[in-house]
Amino acid sequence: MRTANSDASRWGLRVLGLGYLTLLLLAPLAMIFYKTFEHGLAPPIDAITSPDGLHALKLTLITVAIAVPLNTVFGIGCALLLVRHRRKGNAVIDAVINLPFAISPIVIGLSLFLLYGTGGWLGPTLAEAGIKVLFSVPGIVLACIFVSLPFVVRETVPVLQEIGTDQEQAASTLGANAWQTFWRITLPAIRWGVAYGVVLTTARVLGEFGAVTIVSGSISGQTQTLPLFVEKQFANFNLPGAYGASIVLAILALSTLLAMNLLKRKEDA
Amino acid sequence: MGITVEGASKRFGDFQALQDVSIDVPNGSLTALLGPSGSGKSTLLRTIAGLETLDSGRVLIDDEDVSSKPVQKREVGFVFQHYAAFKHMTVYENVGFGLKIRKWRKPQIQERVHELLRLVQLDGLAERYPSQLSGGQRQRMALARALAVQPQVLLLDEPFGALDARVRKDLRAWLRRLHDEMHVTTIFVTHDQEEAMDVAGQLVVMNEGRVEQSGTADDLYDHPANEFVMSFVGEVNRLGEHFVRPHDMEVVLDPGERTEEAMVRRIVALGFEIRVEFVLGDGTEVWAQLTRAELQKLELREGQIVHLRPGQIKSFSGDSSPSGDRGASTPRGKQGGDDAEVTAAA
Repeated sequence: MRTANSDASRWGLRVLGLGYLTLLLLAPLAMIFYKTFEHGLAPPIDAITSPDGLHALKLTLITVAIAVPLNTVFGIGCALLLVRHRRKGNAVIDAVINLPFAISPIVIGLSLFLLYGTGGWLGPTLAEAGIKVLFSVPGIVLACIFVSLPFVVRETVPVLQEIGTDQEQAASTLGANAWQTFWRITLPAIRWGVAYGVVLTTARVLGEFGAVTIVSGSISGQTQTLPLFVEKQFANFNLPGAYGASIVLAILALSTLLAMNLLKRKEDA
Repeated sequence: MGITVEGASKRFGDFQALQDVSIDVPNGSLTALLGPSGSGKSTLLRTIAGLETLDSGRVLIDDEDVSSKPVQKREVGFVFQHYAAFKHMTVYENVGFGLKIRKWRKPQIQERVHELLRLVQLDGLAERYPSQLSGGQRQRMALARALAVQPQVLLLDEPFGALDARVRKDLRAWLRRLHDEMHVTTIFVTHDQEEAMDVAGQLVVMNEGRVEQSGTADDLYDHPANEFVMSFVGEVNRLGEHFVRPHDMEVVLDPGERTEEAMVRRIVALGFEIRVEFVLGDGTEVWAQLTRAELQKLELREGQIVHLRPGQIKSFSGDSSPSGDRGASTPRGKQGGDDAEVTAAA
């Protein structure tokens, strides 16, 4: 029997939860939307369509286009290794994959700086070969790959464990080789885990700030990604520009999430 | 295509799953691997399929040594206990999977898949997904999928284990008929002795990674090689060193020759069959299987003192101290049931 008391506590919890989310997540986001369009559409659009703004957007999209596919392929491969090929070294790999979660992005940036800088282990060799890592696109991509490495692995491992090996074994008894089994059975079975990992990876790469700040040098119109652009506009008191670029970032991240949900809904229907 | 396994051994870490197992499955037969869980029967089946590799020993299919052949090339149909349905594919795509892998043309695939769906009575469900099927339908789909590629042999791993009793019975009869039509050499694994006897012509009883005995259901029931087979294949009462089937227990009201006093403890009516449980003077618990008519004639009630006369008694030489001339020379695991002494009732 439902009592008035339990009804009250149910509502209390609901209000508390919503209030908490509103205060911490929704209010700041609403605020930024409000501030951006406070003086109409022109100021934010001007800011983002300035040459530096457009360049930052382009650089961010390039970084996503390189880092996300690489981390997806690596993530799936790594998850397969961890779940399907149990070896003694797996525990070590498993722990190492979590490092980017544990280490502050700025420390990751610094470590890359040390490795690829002029005094680092790899910097001089690569410089001789004519490859510039720091203060250029490769460095930014490396930093983004590093910080977003665990997402696909972490999202795929539990799904792989859950589907088990029955379907894969059935495919092999029907004559499918390992490659055919992967493409026709395993990948379709884990696709939503992978997709979720891809969305998280994309969001992280889009928004990465700390590690990229260090390795890119944040040179306007050259090595400035969108989050760096936002910070620069903010520091220069160009608030509409900062807000406008922030909104673009938020829309990019939200649209990947939306795209995945639409795909999933279409398939479920 | 006959199947022969010779001296198969397999170890998983500390666990000896198979220990020098040899079996011989004649071409076109329907054979059951019967045993409790952990007896190695599934491992043996998976070894034949190529899903597990042996530590030692060989597997021959149609007299060809396939021990080092990968599973893809062995041309076996395998049916898993939990169906292993491809969840993201329709019934049609599931059944056609092996044909697609073999690069059949679309019209041929279509023809073959529909032929099989008719065979397993899933005709109208081709466009459904596995999640929209019942357990029995899923297992029939899995069977059609395995049969689609025209395997040399059909292997089923506890195929009915996850189904409810009613569906299980239907599928059993249905598998039997299917085998009669197709004549493909079939091995299926089960822990249910009734199911094994119902479906299979040949039975292989396994325990602790070894073959205890193989033969027809009658062989195993009437001439069990040892205590394990006797108690696993059919019900059994133990009277000291002797064993007797519950339906060989005669219940009489007055003491007589070779009778033993017993108290009726419980009477359980299981439809036509009545199970009567007794306690003997020394505390041993035994039971007798009676018909409804026999029970009514005896007018038994709980707590009553009656007398039991065991009919066919068996005793076994035991593994450590063999007695009797033939018992000692027949190795454990070889065919035959003659190493059991049979004492006929007077």
